[in-house]
Amino acid sequence: MNQELSARAGLKDVVPTLVGYIGVGLAFGIVAKAANLSVLVVFIMSLLVYAGAAQFLIVSMLTAGAPVVTIAISVLLINARMSLMSMTVAPYLKKESLLKYIGLGSLLTDETFALSMNKLNYTDRQLNGAWLNTANIVAYLVWALSTVVGAVLGSAVSDPKFLGLDFAVVAMFIGLLYLQMIADHSKPLIMHLEVAGFVMVSIFVLMRFMPGNTAILVGTILGCLFGMAVEKK
Amino acid sequence: MNDYIYGSIIISGIVTWLLRVVPFGIVKNVKISKGVMSFLSFVPVAILSAIFMESLLVYNSGTWPAFNIENLIASVPTIISGVISKSLMVVVIVGVISMACVRFLM
Repeated sequence: MNQELSARAGLKDVVPTLVGYIGVGLAFGIVAKAANLSVLVVFIMSLLVYAGAAQFLIVSMLTAGAPVVTIAISVLLINARMSLMSMTVAPYLKKESLLKYIGLGSLLTDETFALSMNKLNYTDRQLNGAWLNTANIVAYLVWALSTVVGAVLGSAVSDPKFLGLDFAVVAMFIGLLYLQMIADHSKPLIMHLEVAGFVMVSIFVLMRFMPGNTAILVGTILGCLFGMAVEKK
Repeated sequence: MNDYIYGSIIISGIVTWLLRVVPFGIVKNVKISKGVMSFLSFVPVAILSAIFMESLLVYNSGTWPAFNIENLIASVPTIISGVISKSLMVVVIVGVISMACVRFLM
């Protein structure tokens, strides 16, 4: 990653995250096919919802015949953290035209968000539409296609955990977290480590009482408040 | 059946889109206070730590979470590869190979 904020750089920077999209996308397609959803439904869901964990959740709830309202509320909870990410990245994009600005928000994911935060460390805290749009759109298309391929292969590959591809997404978050901690010099490394440690303990405790995705949201909010308290001292 | 499936997908899509876009609208129209900016500056490390930790645990309703041993073991070489290489691509490749080895051996 370097200081360049062009469409070309966006394409180059997003490549490492694509392995994660492909791994999880294939797994999702296979799981959805196993739940008797058609390839078309898989494709439309990937285009309209475009969120890994939520899509898995929707499939399992559809299989269970859950009411639409229950599905909507669950999706709201599982994806609520997206609002935190949007809120964090939006101030850097305010100068973009309204349509582009909305488009950038519409396609923001955990991955392209984390990538943007990493990029800020190389660009003197600048972002632009050309760079993020390219990363967003490539990620979006790769995700949709991977899920479709997974659904088509579905019956041929019955185990979605073939090889270690499903771990690509965890590995990517490990990489992004580490790079963020060492490259974000707006705070001392020790403060990053304190926040990370606090959040990890919080997640463990929170998951005694709530499912993982809710814990991620609550744990992140607690971690940010903890960080503010540490910074004030 | 199809109405139910497509209805669920469309509503889920709208909910997710609003979660992504409404904060963009707020930021464009409202001046963000210093306190909020300070809060948001911790979001990247906090959220990535949360996602990582969640992937190491298995939620069991009504009791403490268990550890996901496969992910836990595969994370060790993955983290080391990040410290050594500082390259996202290397981390992802080492991660996938590590997990393949863990599954092969366990």
